[in-house]
Amino acid sequence: MLDWLFEPLSYGFMQRGVAASLMVGVLCAVIGCYVVLRSMAFLGDAMAHAILPGVAVAYLLKGNLFIGALAAALVVALGIGFLSRQGTIKEDTAIGILFAAALSLGIALISSAKTYATDLTHILFGNVLGVSAGDLWLTAVVGLLVLAMIVLFYKELLVISFDPVLAATLRLPAERLRTLMLVLIALTIVVSLQTVGVGLVTAMLVTPAATASLLTRRLSSMMVVSAAMGALSATIGLFLSFHVNIASGAAVVMTATFLFMAAYLLAPHRGVLWRALRRKGAAD
Amino acid sequence: MSSFETKTCAWAPAHLVVEGATVSYGDKPALKNVSFCVPVGTSVAVIGPNGAGKSTLFKALVGLLPLYAGQIMIHGLPLGHHRDCVAYVPQREEVDWRFPVTVTDVVMMGRYGRLGWFKRPGKHDRSVVAHWLDRMGISDLASKPIGDLSGGQQQRAFLARALVQEPHILLMDEPFTGVDLSTQEATLDLFETLRDQQVTVLVSTHDLKLSATRFDQVLLLNRRLIAFGPAQEALTSQTLAEAFGGQVLFVNGAVVVDKAAHVRKPYTE
Repeated sequence: MLDWLFEPLSYGFMQRGVAASLMVGVLCAVIGCYVVLRSMAFLGDAMAHAILPGVAVAYLLKGNLFIGALAAALVVALGIGFLSRQGTIKEDTAIGILFAAALSLGIALISSAKTYATDLTHILFGNVLGVSAGDLWLTAVVGLLVLAMIVLFYKELLVISFDPVLAATLRLPAERLRTLMLVLIALTIVVSLQTVGVGLVTAMLVTPAATASLLTRRLSSMMVVSAAMGALSATIGLFLSFHVNIASGAAVVMTATFLFMAAYLLAPHRGVLWRALRRKGAAD
Repeated sequence: MSSFETKTCAWAPAHLVVEGATVSYGDKPALKNVSFCVPVGTSVAVIGPNGAGKSTLFKALVGLLPLYAGQIMIHGLPLGHHRDCVAYVPQREEVDWRFPVTVTDVVMMGRYGRLGWFKRPGKHDRSVVAHWLDRMGISDLASKPIGDLSGGQQQRAFLARALVQEPHILLMDEPFTGVDLSTQEATLDLFETLRDQQVTVLVSTHDLKLSATRFDQVLLLNRRLIAFGPAQEALTSQTLAEAFGGQVLFVNGAVVVDKAAHVRKPYTE
């Protein structure tokens, strides 16, 4: 049993992989609470896919992948806001258009590179075991920055999410706070790319937070439980991927989904099975 | 960031002046050239049929909707110069009741405007919140999720949230729709207390009888101002017919408002 735990950790790439997954798991899970509560899952997914052309351009120009990804995510986030604010098309339509456009542009660009298949796979599904020490530092710094902003602006982000009307009567700058939230989500997605990839980052944003929403009744405790779920999924998933030899991003997301299903069935008061047993108990 | 700095005005009774206010959604005017003046500490019932612009008027008063023409003056200053003066209790349908916040969390949000950026609620904020929870009779529900409360209890929580803002003007949109009688009485009772504290209260309602008996003034609205004054002057058969059109019936001198009249098709054979 202990071997099962310690053997993987004797490899440097595994140590870095576990550290990266833990950080990304916690970060995605915390900001993910807002993604779930404000129904922004589709927006998060679109931002993740929109990163592709940015990464591709940076890759082809041999530039910094992180900056390329971040620039693309921000352009799309602000673009969606701009298109839907005019009121001529609905927000989900705007997201659908921009997200597919960015994805196709990204694939078009990457397909011109020689190592097309491998590179695309890494960007789409992540390659946590290829994380370098530099990547780890970047993740840590960006992660701490995002968490610090979430703590500093806790009240304001809570009010604009729960009650935009109150936010307006308190004269909060709602538009700027919304942009801040989009930027925080963009940063989170970008640092998560290496670990879970474009295709699965939405799951890390949404699933642990959804699990936490079944188990808690306050935003602050939802964030703590969500972070724990994210960390647990990341660790268990990575060990599974090592021992069973499956893609790490997929293993992490499947673990998170398993935890969600367990909560969905068993959560006190809100779980499906819990309520069924309660009813049966009441009937007996 | 300057817009969120604490600019509290002195605790003085607010007089409210609305001059030629016009609000429109796109090309459609929702309110046209509305002018009235509410003296300090008055309670006003705002009445009118559905779509008469009651909510629009309130949203304009808190600065949620821009004025196309005219102006709104509070303490003799245009809107935006005194953030803390106006509190607004929205209609129940406008709130996401599944959001993970407790009753205390919701009420505490009313203090955020006074706190400003980066500050956490302190001892004084908590005692103000506890006071109004108690006053509204929901202290025992303080740590419950807001979604677990009944409609009347949720209404009380939102009223408490408006009051911890220590407003000079309180706006309530349809507070008597779909709540129990005890909440309605608690709300009306509170208006008496607020009058003593010289807080101006504006309430939109469909209830003509309550408006006539429990409020100082009545404001009759249908896209434009039809009448404003004490009930016995403002509510005449003529003004009511003007405001409600075919929806108002007179039965033995009593007034009956038929809310469904405007959706019912004439019966033809």
